[in-house]
Amino acid sequence: MPGRSLSEIAKTIRSKNAGVDHITFDVIFADRAAYERVRESGVLSRAAVCRLFGIDDDRITDYVEFDPALAIKFTIRRTRPSGSPGDADIFGSQHHGPLLGIEVPDE
Amino acid sequence: MPVSIQHRRSAESSLRLLCPNGHLGFAPIKPGSFAIGCAAEPDAICADSGSCDVGPGPLGADNSSSPRQWQMQDLETMLLAARRLAVPMIIGSAGDTGSNSRVDLFVAMIREIAAKHRLPEFRLGYFHSEITKEDLRRRMLAGDTVEGLDGRAPLDLVTLEATDRIVAVAGVHPYIELLDKGADVIIGGRSSDCAIFAAPAIRRGFPPALAYFAGKLLECASFCAEPYAAKESVLGEITMDDVKVTAMLPEQRCTIASVAGHAMYERANPFHEHFLGGHIEMRDCRYEQYDERTVRITGPRYVPAGELRVKLEGAGKIGERYVGIVGVRDPYTIAHLEEVIAWARGQAEEQLGSGSGWELHYTVYGRDAILGAMEPQRHKPAHELGIVVQAIAPTRELAEEACMIGTRQLFYARLPEVKGTAGGIAFLLDEVMPASPAYRWTINHTLRIDDPLELFPTFVTEAGV
Repeated sequence: MPGRSLSEIAKTIRSKNAGVDHITFDVIFADRAAYERVRESGVLSRAAVCRLFGIDDDRITDYVEFDPALAIKFTIRRTRPSGSPGDADIFGSQHHGPLLGIEVPDE
Repeated sequence: MPVSIQHRRSAESSLRLLCPNGHLGFAPIKPGSFAIGCAAEPDAICADSGSCDVGPGPLGADNSSSPRQWQMQDLETMLLAARRLAVPMIIGSAGDTGSNSRVDLFVAMIREIAAKHRLPEFRLGYFHSEITKEDLRRRMLAGDTVEGLDGRAPLDLVTLEATDRIVAVAGVHPYIELLDKGADVIIGGRSSDCAIFAAPAIRRGFPPALAYFAGKLLECASFCAEPYAAKESVLGEITMDDVKVTAMLPEQRCTIASVAGHAMYERANPFHEHFLGGHIEMRDCRYEQYDERTVRITGPRYVPAGELRVKLEGAGKIGERYVGIVGVRDPYTIAHLEEVIAWARGQAEEQLGSGSGWELHYTVYGRDAILGAMEPQRHKPAHELGIVVQAIAPTRELAEEACMIGTRQLFYARLPEVKGTAGGIAFLLDEVMPASPAYRWTINHTLRIDDPLELFPTFVTEAGV
């Protein structure tokens, strides 16, 4: 059965600098059921994130399921500090784009 | 009871902190919610004015990314309110970077505003937070290790040499010292965001865990409320037992979700917040909806540091910079864009040689400009691409020439089967444009110090008439 996209299920999907060497990603849900469904589906697991962005696991410095905010949060090390020549996302605020289309199975 | 506040002071002893702006000067304060906040009996008005987010350029070049007019406007709004209410006004990380020149700039602005409005005399405190390269080199040569943060190697002397300016990130200590000296207005150098708010609370004897946690929640102003509306005021109240945070904009509320969501904003991990002298542990925080627009939080823990390590931020210049902008529409050229770029690079090398310090960066919008190698769709470029060419070199002349070659030669690239032989790209402008010099973050490290005030000299002066 085809699922829905993460952008339809999550309340907030964002990325932002966490210091000059990291970009952190927050996926926040409005209700616990949606949070648990995405968590259990594995579509946002560490390994799934690595596959999506084509990175090695050691680029992920933190991966947290944060119950009080119904959030899945992970942080990726940049390959060069923010604002270095050639960096086109100084605030790290558009790296979340590829997350929106992730398909979440219905059950 | 002021209309804005759903609850009265919730304890005999409490401290109310009003935050009107998450980055003072960067985008103007919204006057409506600020006025409501001022009517809610704040005991201090505090704002952070700096961020690493603006990139390494402002610190390296020692300027601000915020326009002077907006800085003046925000300082004027805050100063007039704080003096009218007779409560402290506390600004941290002045002028985007918190460098000495930015602190001095804000101090001069405060004097100018005070004179313009003929404000009765008040005490203006400020502190600096730069550390010189010479000082740091001396400490390194004496055996101090400048430890890297976020996976960086310890600082070496070559990287130090490549640095133009370094700020140390202050904790609550210079703020408390200035409040002790009777400062009514404080302009701080580079500081931990949460310390700007925690200082007056810790000084008044409130638990450090709650004081720092309140600062963490308040420093981005209305980012901790919903629906999303930036730059609106929020009010925090600290008691001996809890922190409460209330949205001041009538259309906004603080909810458990918005406040807990904000607690993890801009941090690699939602459980720790570090500052000079320790960190707070947020794993056991409890969030409750206190009233319709207020969230109550209990349970953060303060963990003092075993060793005082101060964070250092440094930026160094790479070179002068020119920028060119072109577009591509030919599908064959789009499919072979890497060869086109390689051609242009090759032509620059032929003309300028290698080793004269120039570099070219191609940012391809419509393909992978933002995420680069992390872009899952980089192999499916759009039907039309925009390419920004940046050339960086030791002199403006060389940067301009490298940019001109690196841009114009995209036009002459030789692809074997191209049908369009009149030119490989479309020019937006047949010129290249001077841009600000290129910098990089050279230092994101920590240094051991003996005294939390050792890098942060404080000064008190008078302003007003």
